[in-house]
Amino acid sequence: MSTELQPFKGKVWLFGDDISTDLLSPGACVFATEQVRRQHVLEAADPRFAREVQPGDVIVAGRNFGCGSSRESAPENLKLVGLGGVVAESFARIFFRNAVAIGLPVVACPGVVAAFAPGDEIELALDEATVRNLRTGQVLQAERLAPDMLQVLARGGILPLLRELAADANAGPIPDPRPGR
Amino acid sequence: MTAAAPTPMTMAEKALARAAGRSQVAAGEFVTASVDLAMTHDIFAADVFGMLADAGIRRVWDADRVVVVFDHLVPPPTIEAAEAQRRARQHAADFGIRHFYAERAGICHQVLVEKGHVLPGRLVVATDSHTTTHGALGAAGSGIGSTEMAYVLATGRLWFKVPETIRFELVGELPEWVTAKDIVLFIAGRFGADVARYRAIEMGGPAASRLSVAGRLTISNMAVELGAKFGFFEADEAALAFLTGRTREPLEPFGPDDGARYLAAYSIDVSDLEPQVALPHNVDNVRPLSTVRGLRVDQAFLGSCTNGRLEDLAAAAAILRARTVHPDVRMVVAPASQEVYRQAARQGLLEIFSQAGAVVLNPGCGPCFGGHQGLLAPGERCIGSHNRNFCGRMGSSAAEICLASPAVVAASAVAGAIADPREYA
Ligand code: SF4
Repeated sequence: MSTELQPFKGKVWLFGDDISTDLLSPGACVFATEQVRRQHVLEAADPRFAREVQPGDVIVAGRNFGCGSSRESAPENLKLVGLGGVVAESFARIFFRNAVAIGLPVVACPGVVAAFAPGDEIELALDEATVRNLRTGQVLQAERLAPDMLQVLARGGILPLLRELAADANAGPIPDPRPGR
Repeated sequence: MTAAAPTPMTMAEKALARAAGRSQVAAGEFVTASVDLAMTHDIFAADVFGMLADAGIRRVWDADRVVVVFDHLVPPPTIEAAEAQRRARQHAADFGIRHFYAERAGICHQVLVEKGHVLPGRLVVATDSHTTTHGALGAAGSGIGSTEMAYVLATGRLWFKVPETIRFELVGELPEWVTAKDIVLFIAGRFGADVARYRAIEMGGPAASRLSVAGRLTISNMAVELGAKFGFFEADEAALAFLTGRTREPLEPFGPDDGARYLAAYSIDVSDLEPQVALPHNVDNVRPLSTVRGLRVDQAFLGSCTNGRLEDLAAAAAILRARTVHPDVRMVVAPASQEVYRQAARQGLLEIFSQAGAVVLNPGCGPCFGGHQGLLAPGERCIGSHNRNFCGRMGSSAAEICLASPAVVAASAVAGAIADPREYA
């Protein structure tokens, strides 16, 4: 099974450090309808974001993105608005794992904030872990994701991948990557 | 071109390199690793298997490597808990789970080590944050979410970021009545609850190798309270002796390479330690016992995967023998497993607790996470041998939880206030 992850482009939204799960998924809206959740995502950090974000746009942010609670609604809300992915200097661990689990591309890339201005166009190649600023031409090397993470992202998350594994009659047991086991 | 000399690795790096089928990994890398053991318990089992069943997956990747335990709510105190366990039981049968212990074995982490499922250097994941416990036997144990567990059960794999490691060297001799619990509480108080966030911990040094396996389990259990992803001890002779007879797998020592690189290394002399107490509402709000003596308590809890093992019960029984729990205190004892329960019964410890006026519960989590069997009313204060004292963890959010060693818990139960076990010895 190849990962089939093509590089993609998007318009950049720039955010600072410590963007928390409360900003991504305000407590009052955790159980609200999808429409309400969409309207309030990141509202307190940048009110324009929820109104103007376009499918495929990409967030570029500082350190510790997604810090706070383990609520899966935080990455889900970003997926709801059609975000193409998040590139940050660093991520909070649980947010990062949750994002991959639901199929939202996340890439840790030291130096990314200094390399981008709001509205720049970004190109993200997940397979290669490269981040390109299409305005300046600058290319940054991000941290490489593990093969299984790429595969989960390519399938849109763990649940769609599980369905696909179940449906593939020829799948059989998945080979152990370790030699001699 | 000659091959580069291998770079020395920490225990975390070695365990993840092995699990990823690589000769070398370095902190900071993401790897896809093969899981050696996956465990889920009654709180999440029905959800995890439900997710697999909904996706159309009918079997787990390797039935020998999957363990299901009921421990949090046993026997079920509510209809919902009973229903969740009924569903989980059905799933366990449908998926052919061989190591399905239901409520017959004890607290999940204790069961995994007692039944020989955990081996040095292996990768253990479970839907429970205290999976760091298994580092006491040199295993890389870490907690994961339910969706990730569904992925593991389907594929046998999961991705990990290789963590940096912080090393603690324990030197000196522990004074009498000062225990592993006091060491880990002291570290929490001194270094803070996020000293090891995203990182692995390695405990080493002569005082670490003199700790019993039970004491090591206590410290590795609480590594997660220091933020750690893994909490290792070297798998030395004592660890291998503990495992002998519990597994048929070949046993080999496991430790870091000489010259492995650590983010930080600290030396702690345990010779001068006194018993420690974590005050509400954070694990790192730790004081030496002498400064908090006399604080009234309403409940004393002895148990949990932190300190519910035989040597913990024995230490408490030594204090409670021929004494009575203070009339204003309810004392609750929950052995960590059926094995511990039976040993404690044979040694007469359960009788001592009963005579002293304590309630002896069935093995399980019970009050530890505020599930049932000993919740706190507003204004009540509990001293417990468990691992978390967050506001609201054991019932009312207007109650207070203090954490200490089993000996301090027992002495406090007798005194009706936080007390020094050395005065009851
Ligand atoms: S005893 Fe407490 S900490 Fe341990 S698994 Fe049970 S609830 Fe969790």
